[in-house]
Amino acid sequence: MSFIKTLLGGEGEFFNPNSLTPMQKLTLRFVVVGLVYYLFAVFEGMIMRVYQVTPISLINESQYFAILTAHPLVGIFGSTYSIVFGAFLFLVPFLMKKPLWSIKLGNWTMVLVAVGTFVFWFSGFVSHYSPLYTLYWPLPADFTQFSVWGGTFFITGIALVMIGTAFFVINIYKTITYTPEGWEKQPKGALIKSALGLTGLTSIFSKKKKEHLVSLPVAAIARGTVDTALNAIVILFAGILILVYMVAELFGVSLKHSTIDALLYKNFFWWGLDLIADGLVLIFVAGTWYLLATLITGKKLFMENWARAALFIEMVVSWTVWSHHLMSDQAQPGILKVLSGEMVTAFELITQGLAFFITLVTLWSGRPLKMTHPLKFLLGGLLGFALAVPAGIMQADLGLNRILHNTQWIVGPHVHVAILVGLTMTLYSAIYFLLPILTNGAKLYSEKLATFHFWAHLLGGIGMGAFMGMAGLKGMLRRTIYFEGEYSSYMILAAISGSLLLFAFLAFFYNIVMTVGIKGVIGIFMPSKLNTTDLLPAEK
Amino acid sequence: MVDSNVVLTGQTFAYTFYVLAIMAVMAWFAYKVTRDGKSKEIKPALFYTFVGFLVVLGVSLHIVTHETIPWKPMDLNRADIKADREFNISMADHKFILPSPKLQIVKNEKVRFNVTSSDLTYGFGLFRSDNTMLFQMQVLPGHNNDILWQFDKPGIYSIRSTEYSGPKGINMILRDVVEITE
Ligand SMILES: [Cu+2]
Repeated sequence: MSFIKTLLGGEGEFFNPNSLTPMQKLTLRFVVVGLVYYLFAVFEGMIMRVYQVTPISLINESQYFAILTAHPLVGIFGSTYSIVFGAFLFLVPFLMKKPLWSIKLGNWTMVLVAVGTFVFWFSGFVSHYSPLYTLYWPLPADFTQFSVWGGTFFITGIALVMIGTAFFVINIYKTITYTPEGWEKQPKGALIKSALGLTGLTSIFSKKKKEHLVSLPVAAIARGTVDTALNAIVILFAGILILVYMVAELFGVSLKHSTIDALLYKNFFWWGLDLIADGLVLIFVAGTWYLLATLITGKKLFMENWARAALFIEMVVSWTVWSHHLMSDQAQPGILKVLSGEMVTAFELITQGLAFFITLVTLWSGRPLKMTHPLKFLLGGLLGFALAVPAGIMQADLGLNRILHNTQWIVGPHVHVAILVGLTMTLYSAIYFLLPILTNGAKLYSEKLATFHFWAHLLGGIGMGAFMGMAGLKGMLRRTIYFEGEYSSYMILAAISGSLLLFAFLAFFYNIVMTVGIKGVIGIFMPSKLNTTDLLPAEK
Repeated sequence: MVDSNVVLTGQTFAYTFYVLAIMAVMAWFAYKVTRDGKSKEIKPALFYTFVGFLVVLGVSLHIVTHETIPWKPMDLNRADIKADREFNISMADHKFILPSPKLQIVKNEKVRFNVTSSDLTYGFGLFRSDNTMLFQMQVLPGHNNDILWQFDKPGIYSIRSTEYSGPKGINMILRDVVEITE
């Protein structure tokens, strides 16, 4: 009976959802939503892995591409955005020692991201709307291939996520700048400047060095959030454009696609999309590394001013590198390809290399460390980016891009290793670290399962990336279907690695459910019994 | 002209070597960081050296490929280079429309492919019979998409769309339609 007891009540019944503050509940809700959508993304990934070994008759081609369209969007918006937003809505007030500006708005963000993701996933699943995440004009408005209604719902779902994202951005900036009740008036302008890095920039030229008003992780979150905001604007704008074509079509008027220039659209869209890939991910991840390294060691960050400067450079770099996605577009001006595509992109090797080095040295300064789960996953995350960033720099080269573009090399060693090994393991490190804090001392159900989670995820992620990469070097394209088993040996190996990732997640999911119990999970979504804006319950 | 397979082999060696090295470094670090013993202060000099190393690496990659991959400078200057032969190819409705059923090319000719699309974004790539890629480019509607290539040995290639253009795009393959003769 003890299994049932743990399943319902959580390990040792240490976890009591009634003891949670509204803030803790908010963060945990985000984590639960994020993990559920991660499960969606892993399952979809596995379906595609099997399909790439041998196209199964159960799924037709348009269903396959609908899955291919939803998979990255569910992974990024439904899963990663949820976990990151939840963590940062907790961390910014935590680090600034003041309450979140609006817990209500935070809950709205959670609901909008969760519902929006379901809407676009479901409408894609039903209608097979599949212009992929790249939305190359005029594909998303090509109604000879796609249903107008399916597309309308799909875009509406994305728009809901973007509105939730906007709420997150507002909440973060308001929290940094507002004055809580009973506090001395906060210097709004100075706080913003410090968060964005403008203070640091001006102080280079001034003699007297000023104290930083916000801590380094908050600065990282603030700078990444600039990219989140710009990105949301770009995607919303593209969504509205597509909706205009759809609504017109529904009223029986077909608008001319050629009114919109395909190249200009592609530049605009990649400029925005790249803010997720090259801005958000790199800045948020670097900030999280710094935070975790200092929390794990209790030491000061090595070369802190350099770390701050690198974050600022990274933000500016992320606005100017989009052309590396247009290197095989012969209509794109050569100068943009060389400057934005090759040169500025190479800076990411430097900024990310700095973050990698600074984090390692900071950890080193805390020697001897215990190999805890957060440390293990942090090292995994560091390794992930150490593998994926150089792979990305290689494909951002005019000579190599000619034979790498749109192959499995791009999505394997670069995208999936960056996201699964780099980003996700960093997030797991944070989750394992924050779990006892957020749950008021829940005890992890099984240490062994957590260790299995680590190894299976690490080997699965690297293995999958490697085999996809090998297929890519042999000419395997990323967005087509091979019917004659051309690459099945690589794809079998990739699928085996993929199933390791699935098992890793299932072990983790089971471990977490057994830690907090099913009653605990339900309790997280019930309104909090405590009427406080404090982050953590008052000490008894 | 150096074959694209040679370039990929070089890249494979370099990247594999790097991957093994960085994994070894991380494993060593993970082991060492848990051992007893106070760390000596890490000197900023090491940090600056590392930064310098990254800068050199980032810049030199593109210079090295510019000097060793022949199609790179050729592509950047293609507007000023006169082609020996030119093919105008158009695309519409998920189909390639070639000027002739087979594209005949004589060894060592510089060939320009001008590809246009009247509806969607497609890709244009040449592939060997073992499915490996010789080169590719994107084909955007409303623009002239041209690529210059020098074929320095006899061979037969297939044309294939390399960009997703909706589920119908998977059948966009023309087998063995490019022939390079002595
Ligand atoms: Cu990018």
